[in-house]
Amino acid sequence: MSSTYETVAGFISEICDVPRENITPESHITEDLGVDSLDFLDAVFNIEQTYEISVPIDGWTQQVNDGAVKGSRYFVMKNLCAEVDKLIAAKAAETAA
Amino acid sequence: MAGARPEDADLSMRIDQFQLVSHVERLDLAAPTISVRASVPQDHSIFAGHFPGHPLMPGVLLTEMMAQTCGFLLLSLNGFTIMPFLAALKDVKLRDFVTPGTDLVCEATRIHDGSGYAVMKASICRQLEKKHVCDGTLMFRIVPYPNNQLRGHMLERAGEVGLVIRNGDVVEIEEGCR
Repeated sequence: MSSTYETVAGFISEICDVPRENITPESHITEDLGVDSLDFLDAVFNIEQTYEISVPIDGWTQQVNDGAVKGSRYFVMKNLCAEVDKLIAAKAAETAA
Repeated sequence: MAGARPEDADLSMRIDQFQLVSHVERLDLAAPTISVRASVPQDHSIFAGHFPGHPLMPGVLLTEMMAQTCGFLLLSLNGFTIMPFLAALKDVKLRDFVTPGTDLVCEATRIHDGSGYAVMKASICRQLEKKHVCDGTLMFRIVPYPNNQLRGHMLERAGEVGLVIRNGDVVEIEEGCR
């Protein structure tokens, strides 16, 4: 997996007290790993600080609550990391412009 | 913006009402930072137990003063449209004893503006001193008001601590408010 995945998995493990070996690309952060919303927010804070991006957690949660998308769209590890990679790329493009 | 204060203004905290901020001294929405003042009451029943013969301001209340200070900054930044709730404390350090009658200054700054949350740094000093008696990092969830009553209360509190609000925006700091 990408370095983003390793970094994010590291944050989830350390901040949310989840054994690193339990985290896989297919893990659902809340349903499989048992991470609660506050610990997840703390992990997101670390992701945002590390990559200097803004993760639109409020908007994602709203989409899930409205039934527009399934929770797995954003909250399965590989999908979360793909979204983070998109935000990093968007930030790089914005900086280059 | 800054708010002056008459020398005889009563800046005692209202501990029974859980109001630990008495006056906003300075508010800079661009930085963004805030500085507030409040005095620890000379007499209060809380000191009967904390501690007999050695009255001290409880650390949890100093922490709450930091939280309320951060709260006024976050409310001012979002035009009092959404409500910050304290969610997490990190590295809170109670560095010195605070005794009855002490005049306190609390400063706070937002260090991270997240989606539905914010991370703040806050500190408390004795008036005219630079050494922190308490400091820490605080995380807030920022959510819609659960009801209009709470929003009304927060706007009322803003007025009590000297924030003058028009159309949701803080336009000035009033003198001498608690």
